[in-house]
Amino acid sequence: MRIFWILWKREVASAFQTPMAWVILFFLMLITGFNFYAGVTVLNHGPTEVTVVESFFNTIFFWIPFLLLFPLLTMRTYSEEYRSGTVEPLMTAPVRDTQVVLAKFFGTLFLYVVLWLPTAIYFVIFWLQTRLTAAGATGAYLGAYFLLLLMGMFYLSLGCLCSSLTRHQVTAAVMSFAIVSLFFLTGLLTFLAGNVGSFMRGLTVTLSPIEQMTQFSRGIIDTRAVVWYLVMTALSLFLTLHSFQARRWRK
Amino acid sequence: MISVQGLSKRYGQTQAIRDLSFSVNKGEVVGFLGANGAGKSTTMKILCGYLPADEGEATIAGFDVFTQSLKARSRIGYLPENVPLYPEMRVGEYLAYRAALKGVRANTLAEKVEDALELCGLTHVRRQLIGTLSKGYRQRVGLADALVNEPDILILDEPTIGLDPAQIREMRNLIKGLASRHTILLSSHILSEVEMTCSRVLILNKGHIVATGTPAELRERAGLPLTGSIRLEAMLPDAQAALTGIRRIAGVSSASALGSADGWTTFEIVPSEKDPRSALFEEAVKQGWKLRELSSRESTLEEIFTSVVSGGGSEGEGVTERPSKAKEGDKP
Repeated sequence: MRIFWILWKREVASAFQTPMAWVILFFLMLITGFNFYAGVTVLNHGPTEVTVVESFFNTIFFWIPFLLLFPLLTMRTYSEEYRSGTVEPLMTAPVRDTQVVLAKFFGTLFLYVVLWLPTAIYFVIFWLQTRLTAAGATGAYLGAYFLLLLMGMFYLSLGCLCSSLTRHQVTAAVMSFAIVSLFFLTGLLTFLAGNVGSFMRGLTVTLSPIEQMTQFSRGIIDTRAVVWYLVMTALSLFLTLHSFQARRWRK
Repeated sequence: MISVQGLSKRYGQTQAIRDLSFSVNKGEVVGFLGANGAGKSTTMKILCGYLPADEGEATIAGFDVFTQSLKARSRIGYLPENVPLYPEMRVGEYLAYRAALKGVRANTLAEKVEDALELCGLTHVRRQLIGTLSKGYRQRVGLADALVNEPDILILDEPTIGLDPAQIREMRNLIKGLASRHTILLSSHILSEVEMTCSRVLILNKGHIVATGTPAELRERAGLPLTGSIRLEAMLPDAQAALTGIRRIAGVSSASALGSADGWTTFEIVPSEKDPRSALFEEAVKQGWKLRELSSRESTLEEIFTSVVSGGGSEGEGVTERPSKAKEGDKP
């Protein structure tokens, strides 16, 4: 556990010691800020069916930066260590592979959380200005951010997996963007294959992040989604561990 | 401290090392000598638990490097070739991180980092970003990292490669200073370096050990002076008579005529302890030779190497490969 924290601290520190984290934070705030502004503007034009929270978390201005975040946050985790060779001093220190894999995953997850936290300011500002809540109930905030965390865990673990497969950061980024997008767009499969059974339709709808966000941002927690993301995160971390260990056998 | 038995490793079609066996005792400084691609780095990576061997076993302080990897690794300080480091970290910060990772307790951590910084002459760059350091300083950071937790064994892969002559000298002195406290296995392809720092040498060729012994023993076996040879080129009437004269000079242990062209004859002279160059000059003056070259050069690893590989040398001219000698040498 001690080793895990040492490794985790280095992962987090290295993200903030390089400009990367700050650049991502800047642009994320810029885009989500615009997204929030757009959501409020819609309200000004008359009554709508959705709350500010619902519209904030479920627009294209939200989802596009969201999807771009994963390759950016994870591409260097392993690839950079392979390319620069620092994996050698790392793995010749008395450190277990599992400790490294978990430290890298939780390091990027921490970064991810830090990147989203400032968006809560928007809702505080909304409340200060209007004395109205941006959502129907507190659960709506919690639901939206909880889903964001769950999806983040799964997609970050996929990104780590891709990075552990190659020494080229760009290759890792392309792979993780493709795979994350694939999972993200599962909800659209029903449109592509029109003639599927109701089970498949139900499954794809359940797994569609857009559908999930609609539910979660109203404060409705769908446990099927929770289980799905937790299980898939564990699975992809398990695969990452094995891909990381495979470095010993190739070359 | 280090024991290797029948170690083999293959990368695809290439056999990196083959049936390697050797041991390093406590307190020894052993040099791993070999041309590029001889298998030095591979062996070191296996010893440090970074690569698994295909066959054979290796133990570090009694712990198997594969099955008890963590225990074995915690007893090693490893300086990898080319010293990969995190460029965004500061020197002191990096060493503190590495020390903590290697299990140095928090209450002694600052002190150990301080010691390592001082020992490697890094105190004044402790706040500098590693990415801005020169090659020599990077190498020192790597060495400081290897010894920050005071491991029993240091494994140093090409510690002086890429350094300038002054830095090489510094690094060599540093390693010599460490020899009293650590068991050291270091690799190099520079003979003089190994001779200066190591008490024992293992010569590696194409993945297996072709010779082992102290530098003096190897010199004897190779029939080659580690001190080098002297080259003399002069215009003289009778090469054979001149050769006899040269052999008689004090400080010449053997001499041979390499050939002549346009009236100039070239001799190769192997000196003993005493440098015979001034005596050679006097001889030339006395005999009235017209002298055009009188120079000394160091034996290169390749020469020792070739002679060792070809099964031991003969006096003075064991530089060239001679298959007939090799057969004799192979006989038990």
